Formats: sequence, structure tokens, C-alpha cells
Amino acid sequence: MPLLELTGVEASYGPVKALHGISLSVDEGQAVAILGANGAGKTTTLRAVSGTVHTSGEIVFDGHRIARRPAESIARLGIAHVPEGRGILAELSVRENVLLGGVVRRDRKAVKADIGRALEYFPRIAERAKQQAGTLSGGEQQMLALARALVSRPRLLLLDEPSLGLAPTAVSEFFRVVRALNQEEGMTILVVEQNAKIVLASTQYGYVLEVGEVALHGTSEELKGHEGVRASYLGY
Amino acid sequence: MNVSVGLVGRLGALAALAAVVVLLPAALSNFHTYQFAFVGIYFIAIVGLNVLTGYSGQISLGQGAFMAIGAYTTTILSVDHGVGVYWTIPVAGILTGLIGFAFGFPALRLTGVYLALATFALAIAVGLMAKSFDGLTGGGGGKSLHLPSSPIGGVAWQVWLYYLTWAIAAALLAAAWLILRGEFGRSLRALRDAPIAATSFGISLARFKTLAFAIAAFYAGIAGSLFAITVAYVNPDTFPVALSILLLTGAVLGGLGSLLGMVFGALFIEFAPLYAEKLNNSAPTVIYGLILLAVLFLMPEGAAGLIKKANRALKRASRRE
Amino acid sequence: MASFFQYVVVGLSNGGIYATLALALVLIHRATGIVNFAQGEMGMFATYLAWSLIYTAGITYWLSFSLTLALAFLGGMFVYLAIIRPFSHRSELTVVMVTIALLVILNGAAGWIWSPQQKFFESPFPLSVLSVRGVVMSAQDLGVIAVSAACALIVWLLFRFTRIGLQLRASALGPATSRLLGIRVTLMLGIGWGLAAMLSAVSGMMAAPVVVLTPSFMLIVLTYAFAAAVLGGIDSPFGAVAGAYILGVGISLLSGYVHQIGPELQLPVALGVLLLVLMVRPNGLFGHPIVRRV
Repeated sequence: MPLLELTGVEASYGPVKALHGISLSVDEGQAVAILGANGAGKTTTLRAVSGTVHTSGEIVFDGHRIARRPAESIARLGIAHVPEGRGILAELSVRENVLLGGVVRRDRKAVKADIGRALEYFPRIAERAKQQAGTLSGGEQQMLALARALVSRPRLLLLDEPSLGLAPTAVSEFFRVVRALNQEEGMTILVVEQNAKIVLASTQYGYVLEVGEVALHGTSEELKGHEGVRASYLGY
Repeated sequence: MNVSVGLVGRLGALAALAAVVVLLPAALSNFHTYQFAFVGIYFIAIVGLNVLTGYSGQISLGQGAFMAIGAYTTTILSVDHGVGVYWTIPVAGILTGLIGFAFGFPALRLTGVYLALATFALAIAVGLMAKSFDGLTGGGGGKSLHLPSSPIGGVAWQVWLYYLTWAIAAALLAAAWLILRGEFGRSLRALRDAPIAATSFGISLARFKTLAFAIAAFYAGIAGSLFAITVAYVNPDTFPVALSILLLTGAVLGGLGSLLGMVFGALFIEFAPLYAEKLNNSAPTVIYGLILLAVLFLMPEGAAGLIKKANRALKRASRRE
Repeated sequence: MASFFQYVVVGLSNGGIYATLALALVLIHRATGIVNFAQGEMGMFATYLAWSLIYTAGITYWLSFSLTLALAFLGGMFVYLAIIRPFSHRSELTVVMVTIALLVILNGAAGWIWSPQQKFFESPFPLSVLSVRGVVMSAQDLGVIAVSAACALIVWLLFRFTRIGLQLRASALGPATSRLLGIRVTLMLGIGWGLAAMLSAVSGMMAAPVVVLTPSFMLIVLTYAFAAAVLGGIDSPFGAVAGAYILGVGISLLSGYVHQIGPELQLPVALGVLLLVLMVRPNGLFGHPIVRRV
């Protein structure tokens, strides 16, 4: 049984339909990529899962049907969505942003331990604990957003275009952490990316979206070798 | 057959309205005519408010305060200085308009709700100042004017006041319509709807915003002056904050952005408190507040909006034929 | 010299009353972006509830005070969820009109339920007077200063150091992000309104012994509180409190030393000063300029 399963999911922004029936699944411990051009519906797919866009169709997470539940209750089931643009609360300090990850959890001691572990992954964030989060660089904010997500001890991590606006070194560092989380800790991850090369190197499976539909899917190895994918997204 | 209210229809409606206004006193007792004189006064006040809030989007809770200034101007000039009471009307209007213009300058710094706050504060402050400068204003005791009398023999003073008020109202309505239909009106609406875009087009925010304030104040000054003449008495409690609230409510209910809608608004201001009192003797304000909430929720564009919707529905129905 | 300190103490006492209400206004504005014209009336209504508890039900002062705070909290939450939220997608003018409608309803309801006649509302503080090095201060003033300072302190501690305070701040700063973190944003905003209502109740109960209890007694306090909040910066809790104390002390000193400024002129003078400040610093003394991306 996959941890997350979408079946025939449709979504619209007002009169504009963004998803025309998406079906995909993510197994526990898997890292899955979603590729596609701008406007293909990648971000909308993640929003459908986290409950921040209105959808029709079925979405099942860990046995729960979450398709039309409010976002905050989906988050409490163990889905952490790091949105496009990172969603850092700029006026709060770095430390307060990290704390927010665990603010709805009841097990205080475990939260403390999780904060410690998250900061181990991101020593630079730990250094800047007292700074205002808005003063961090793009790459650091992305790390902060991920640290915050980890503190919520999610079953499923949703990452939306983490490389957007980041320098190449920041991107590779970020995905190094993603790989470590998946391979060493068994974290289930669904990541939307335009940078196909790095995301296919960090995941086991992938879906390619075009105009709101799944055009292609397969293991990351298969996708890397696929003619069409290579031409459109890998540049060779 | 096109059953919509086009230009001919609108002129027709206007003509019908004018006919009603002219003929009404014949059908009513002197007392009711007197009440409708007040409708005219409130109509003037909220047409002015409409220019400020409806067309230029500046929320004002101070229209009652400007009415007070107009009223006191008329009172002081006619009682203390013997100026003929009807000559004081334009003076009150101009003086209040200048004060409104002056208020517009610091108000430039404030937008939206902050402006509403400032005008709210103004409303409260004017009342307090009227009490304080009692040498001028008669303080808490107020001042009485000469009772109104009709200069035309055989015509009751209530009827005289009614026609005076509505004649001035008609003139001011026409003036407002003329001002607003041209570039001035368009600029105001641009400032209301898209202030940043409008300024980048070179529309001087400062000039238009302060002018809008001046116009609203001028109208309120005239309305206040007429009010003083009609009631023949003013004191600081005549124009409480509640009046400013009532005026804004009337304007909203009539439909901001619609000059003729203000007739509904003025009718509401004069008669709603009375009917609310009949409904529930001790809590007319509660009823009136609940009505306001209901209208805000269901008909945010007021009576004028309702008519527009009905008009559109008629158009659609007639096109299907 | 003694009179200087006396004016300061009185000014701080009045300032404390304004500060508590100003803090409520800022709270609401930060949480939901609304300027609540009915904030004073909510405090007024709560004060009347306290009056009933004390004088009709015969409950002791501090117990009535606490019960009133609890009722105010529930009332504030109810107002947000039932009245304000349905209008959350409407224009600014509409929302202003809604809070004004609420003002009208509460004012009318109070006059209806308790009659518009003036009522006496006791002070919990003794009528005694202290003299320190020739400076005469009333226990009433000192008590009000203590209570308002305590309110400001409690609010500060709540927001800075508790988890619920963090959730409240997050809900105000980024509701969408907060939902993704599992925070029940709507509930948090409701709690924010409840807290603001509690603060308004405190302000009302501190003001009522000084200004006689009538349905409109909080309108002037509201105006001062607005002035203080705008003076200090409408989004800055620290600014609102500081602004209120500055306003209170400033007016007390001005009317103490300039004898032409009688009690009725205090508010217009305060507003005049406020307008001057706004012309120089439109975001208030401690506010941050709101940069809008065009």
C-alpha cells in the first residue's frame, strides 16, 4: 500500500483548470520527483495534497482520505509542505521559525530532540538562530524552511521547487540533505523541480506532467535515459 | 421591445422625481412637509459625502462635524451679527468648504481606515470645541435663531422651508453631477480604484483629494446652515458622532457612487430612526445597527446597486425575446 | 516641582487606560488587518456586565472583574467568528462599516439593557492619597498604572514566550504558511479577538470610576486610544503603549501648565498634536514604513 495515492485528481483556480485528472503514488521511504514545464500543474499537485487548493478526485494518505480536508488538519496528519517561495515568516527570528515546526505537537521533549537533530543538518542555521529570518539569504531560507518541516516530524515531505532563486552551490547542498534524509533516515519525499538533473539524481521514481496530466512516469534511471525527457528537461 | 432603463428612462425617472418633489407638499400636512425638508437637508449632506467617499474613496466619519460648522456659522452670523439668515447659507458653505480643504492637507498622509479614524476624531473634537468656546458658540446651552417665517404671504413656513431646501438641493445635485461627469470625476474614480496607477499617470493625488474634501465640506456646510435655520436652535449635541455615522450609513445604503441613490439614503436618515423607535421603543439603535449589518451583507452596493441589478435583469429578459 | 510629578502620575494613569485599549486595537489590526471602531464599545459593554455582576448580583469586585474578563474573551471570539469573518473578503469600506454597525448595536444594546442613565462604578483601589517627598499621588492613579502595566507585561510575555503566543503571531504574519504547519489559524484569530476584548474590558473597568458610566463613555477613550496607536505606529504593540503614555503625560502637563486648555480642549489639542506628528512621521513614532510592491 503506497503511503500517498492520488486518483483522478482535478483542480482549478477559479475558471482555469490546472489539473485534468492526475494519478500518482508514493511508497513509504520513497523519494519521488515531479517534473514539467511552467504551468504544467506541478505546484498545484502538491497543493492538492496539502489541501491548499480545492480539488475533486481521491487522495489517500496513510489510509486517510484527505482530498477535501482543511489544510491544518492535513498537516497534523504528518504532511509537511515546504511551499514555493519557502514561506518563511520574515519578521520572526530564525529560532522562532524553527520552533513553529513543532508548535502543534504535544510531545515537548521529542520536539526538542527533533530541533537539535534538524539543526545538525543545518549548522549555518543554528549559527543564525537569533537573527530575523528575513535577513537570511535565499539558500539559507530554503534550509530554514526544510529544518522547520523536519521539526514537525512528518511522514511525508512535500518540496516545491526548492532550487528556485538559489545559487548552484546552495542547490547542491540542499539536495545533498534531501538525499541524506531519504537514504539514511527513510524519509518519504515528493519533490517538484524544474532542475531535472539534480532531482532525478536524488529520487528513485518520477512523474512528468504536461498541461495538467501525467505524460510519463518511471524510475529515475528510466527517465534519465528517456529521449523526450532528455531533450526537454535535461538539455541534451 | 427593449425594456431597459436607458438615457430616456433615466431622464424620465428624474422628471418623475422632480414632479414628486414639487407636488409633495400639496399632499402632505405641514408637519410631514417639515420632515421632508429635513430629507432635503440630509440629501445635500450625503451628496457631498458621496463625492468624498463614493467617488474618491476616502472614508469620512466627519460629515456631521462639517454640518456643525455650517450650522454654527449661520447661527453666529445671524444672531450675533445681524446678517440676514439666508445670506449666511453660501457663507457657511464656503467657510466650511475652506476648513474642509485645510483638513484635506494633513489628511493626505492618511489612507483608508486611518482617514476614517481622523475624521472620527474630528467629529468628536468639534463637539468638544463647541462646548469649550462658549463665548462664541453659547457653549452647552446653545444658541437660538429666529423662528423661521415664510416671506411669501399665505404659504406656511414649513412649506417655504421645504421648497427652499429642495431648490438648493436640486441646484447642488446638478452641480455635483456636472463636476463628476468630466475629467474631475474620472480622476477621482481613478484615485479611488487604482491610486498607484493613477498617480503614475500624473493625476495629482494631493489636489484631487483635498478638493474632494472641500466639496464634501461645502455641501455639509450648506446642509448644516439650512438645518440651523429649520430647527432654529443649535447646541453641541445637535451634531453628535452618531449623526456622522448616520450620514455615512445613509450614503452607503443609498449606494456609493450613485447621486440619485442618495434620495434613498436621505429618506433612510430621516425616517429610519423614527420607525425603529416605533418597532422597539427602547432599542431603536440596535434595530438600526442590525439593519445596517444586513444591508452590508446582502446589498453592499445599496439601493442604487439593487436597481442596477434589476435593470440588468430586465435587459437580459428583454434581449431573450 | 512637585506639581510636575503630580501631573506625570495623573498622565500615566490616564495613559494606562488608553494604552490598554490601544493595545487591543493593535492586536486586532496585526491579527486581522482591521481597525475595529467597536473596540471601545466592546469594553463598555463588558464594563456594564461587570456592573451587573457587582451591583445586581452582589458579587465581589475582583471576582466580578475576572468573570467579566472571561465573558469578554468569549464575546470577542464570538464577534470575530460570527460577524467579522463573514465579511473577510469585502472591501475596506465595508469592513469599516461593519465595525461601525457593531459600535451602534452595542451602544444601543447597552442603553436598552441598562438604561442610558449615569451609573456609579466603583474603583477597587482605596480612596487614599500618598505623599512622597511632597508629591501627592492618589492610590487610584497608582492602581490604574499598576493594572495597565501588568496587562502590557502579560500580553508581552504571552506573545514572546508561550507556544500559543507564537501561534498567534504566526497566524497574523502568515496565515497560509501557518495552516501548512498545522496551526488552526481561524481559531487563533478568534483567540486574538478574545484577548483584545479582554483588554478593552480592563480599560473600561479602569475608566468607569473616573468617567461616569454611560453607554457612550468609552467613545472618548477610544479616540485617545486611536490617537495613541496611530502615534506609536498602528502595528507596533510597544509603540501603541508608549504612544498612549506619552499622550497621557503630554496632555496632563499641557493642561496643567497652560490654563487656557480646559478639560474639553484636551482631546482637540491631542488630535492637533497627532496630526502634526503624522505630517512628519506618517507611520507613527515607532512604526515601520509599509513598503508596497507596485
